[in-house]
Amino acid sequence: MANEVALTVNGLKTYIYTNNRCNRALDGVSFEIRQGKTLCIVGESGCGKSVTADSIMQLLPTLSRIEDGEITYHGPDGPVRIDQLPRDGAKMRAIRGKEIAMIFQDPMTALNPVYSIGFQIKEMLKYHTGLGRSDRHSKAIDLLRSMGIPLPEKRVNEYPHLYSGGMRQRAMIAIAMSCNPRILIADEPTTALDVTIQAQIFELMDTLKRDHGTAIMLITHDMGVVAELADDVAVMYMGNIVEAGPVGKVLRNPVHPYTRALLESIPVLGRGKDQEIKAIPGQTPDPYNRPKGCQFADRCAYRIGACDQMPDETQVAPDHRVTCWRYEEFAADAAE
Amino acid sequence: MQPNDPILKLRDVQVHFPVKTGVFKRVTGHVRAVDGVDLDVRRGEVLGLVGESGCGKTTLGKAILQLVRATQGTVTYSGEDGETELTSLDDAGLFRFRKRLQIVFQDPHSSLNPAFTIFGSLEDPLRHYGVKTREERRKIVGDLLEAVNMRRESMDRYPHEFSGGQRQRIGIARALSIEPELIVCDEAVSALDVSIQAQVLQLLMELKREKNLTYVFITHDLSVTEYLCDRIAVMYLGKIVELCDAEDLYANTLHPYSQALLSAIPVADLDKKSRRIVLQGDVPSPVNPPSGCPFHPRCRYVVDRCKTEVPELRRFKSAKGEHMAACHLIDQPLAEQPLRTESP
Ligand SMILES: Nc1ncnc2c1ncn2[C@@H]1O[C@H](COP(=O)(O)OP(=O)(O)O)[C@@H](O)[C@H]1O
Ligand SMILES: Nc1ncnc2c1ncn2[C@@H]1O[C@H](COP(=O)(O)OP(=O)(O)O)[C@@H](O)[C@H]1O
Ligand code: SF4
Ligand SMILES: [Mg+2]
Ligand SMILES: [Mg+2]
Repeated sequence: MANEVALTVNGLKTYIYTNNRCNRALDGVSFEIRQGKTLCIVGESGCGKSVTADSIMQLLPTLSRIEDGEITYHGPDGPVRIDQLPRDGAKMRAIRGKEIAMIFQDPMTALNPVYSIGFQIKEMLKYHTGLGRSDRHSKAIDLLRSMGIPLPEKRVNEYPHLYSGGMRQRAMIAIAMSCNPRILIADEPTTALDVTIQAQIFELMDTLKRDHGTAIMLITHDMGVVAELADDVAVMYMGNIVEAGPVGKVLRNPVHPYTRALLESIPVLGRGKDQEIKAIPGQTPDPYNRPKGCQFADRCAYRIGACDQMPDETQVAPDHRVTCWRYEEFAADAAE
Repeated sequence: MQPNDPILKLRDVQVHFPVKTGVFKRVTGHVRAVDGVDLDVRRGEVLGLVGESGCGKTTLGKAILQLVRATQGTVTYSGEDGETELTSLDDAGLFRFRKRLQIVFQDPHSSLNPAFTIFGSLEDPLRHYGVKTREERRKIVGDLLEAVNMRRESMDRYPHEFSGGQRQRIGIARALSIEPELIVCDEAVSALDVSIQAQVLQLLMELKREKNLTYVFITHDLSVTEYLCDRIAVMYLGKIVELCDAEDLYANTLHPYSQALLSAIPVADLDKKSRRIVLQGDVPSPVNPPSGCPFHPRCRYVVDRCKTEVPELRRFKSAKGEHMAACHLIDQPLAEQPLRTESP
């Protein structure tokens, strides 16, 4: 089961149209999510992390379209091309929630304020499982308990506004986990929470991965989170994956200038005051007016003439890939 | 007035907000946002203030600047003109000191008026403090924008034309405009992407060196504080539970809450993975804080004494200067008496 692929995304292009202008939010993105593993997608705001998740869940804004590429869910009954399913068709609705569940940064995106938490869990169970009424009730309580919600017998009947931020997040995970999904997509689930609450959520996610073999795609902008939770990592910049591979390789031997610059721009706890941090100059380009070639070129210290064209994605190792004209020099450097 | 002399002394500072309920808005309790803080801010230092949301960082920052008035305790400023107890002054009396003490907020959007050009927002404090001619004000604002690595011409544009990082720099320019001695930075870089965050951090440090500033740096990001700050104060439920040299907080953590907080921080270094100490439950309400040690319901070392007796902030031995912590179970305090009785 360890290396079983749960979901494949291949050459995905998702464009968003606003005011007659086209934003190539995802411009050819490929990756796999494996059963019992965590893939972290990391990058600055606006790089396309949420659009990636929303493409998989078919939750994209109305004025957007998957222009090219494939999203394949490897379900128990064989592969399913998610990108070809109608957004609100029966098949997609059956997959969403039961097979692939999603949790968000703001739990109120997923929670309905006018229903009790218990009702919302039980609705999921009713829709997706064959459990009877009283079984659903006790399963809801069990789920809340396993998420560390105190007094679950009482809390199950309470409304979301009575829950604290951390508890709402856990309740949303309880709903997401109610049908034992094979894939959990988590879009910055802890960004608004304190680190102590984040630690509780991460414990839960680790348990899911370990005990249920859930495949996890965790979106974050925090390299610390990547180091702690990822098995695999994909670094995104302006709609492209610029570098991807096992976390050990990407963090220890980064070969893309952006990955390197990101790692050098953050202070690391425990390294004290003498560490040198380097800011990345400039800012991300206007998404409606993107550079023609490498999207990072304007901020890159290694830019050469060739960078005005888009470099190809190249494997530096069978499991480690990069999109940069000068990767060979950096790979040699990283190997030293 | 030497460097390292306290610029501000806080003694038993408390800020309690009334909780009003019902149609008649009767006061039914108090949020003890800041609940007895003793602290010296030293001239020229960067003092970090960390802790989970709701622990009172912002309120303490505002109480330092007299933007909220302490319900009890004193804040004393000392400068060239001697010592002044700010907490006993009225608004008119404070006017002279407001200029010296400034604040930069997390969201510069809410602090820059969207209807005004940048010049419009930045000239206000200058006019207030007596820069009479418009030409003079335009020159100063231009210089300030250049000081924060922006073009002079930006002054005639509106806030929405700038990115988050740029707006944050404008917020810093405004805080600098009347040449303060101390700036409270309240989550000033927290909303920024890491690559932009590093730009603003470096800017803050350059300005500090050039202008001999003192910073009180409020954040929930302990990796940033360790790198940036000279000392760090860890807060929990309105109280300081640990106060020490920034590197010492990590190398020689004394308080169980600081230990849990530090262990929860994801570290971007595969060789530094530590065991997470997962705290159960949420922070209790500051309206009804626990008896005894405020951390006792979540502390893994709790003993009976912790439930009844409030631990004082005591001084401990450390290679890196003084190290204060408020916990009954830490042995060998350097001096048994608490800070409060020490400097009258
Ligand atoms: N609902 C939307 N309408 C218009 N543009 C959007 C919408 N959602 C995302 N975008 C654009 O798509 C790009 C990628 O955004 P997103 O995936 O949300 O970034 P991230 O999650 O990495 O911060 C950005 O340029 C963003 O402005
Ligand atoms: N103006 C106010 N009125 C009532 N309660 C307040 C007010 N400002 C802050 N509080 C409360 O005081 C406590 C501390 O808040 P704050 O200083 O903002 O914490 P932090 O900045 O550490 O997140 C919180 O419980 C908060 O809800
Ligand atoms: S392709 Fe060129 S500009 Fe882009 S990251 Fe590589 S060296 Fe830098
Ligand atoms: Mg997002
Ligand atoms: Mg605050």
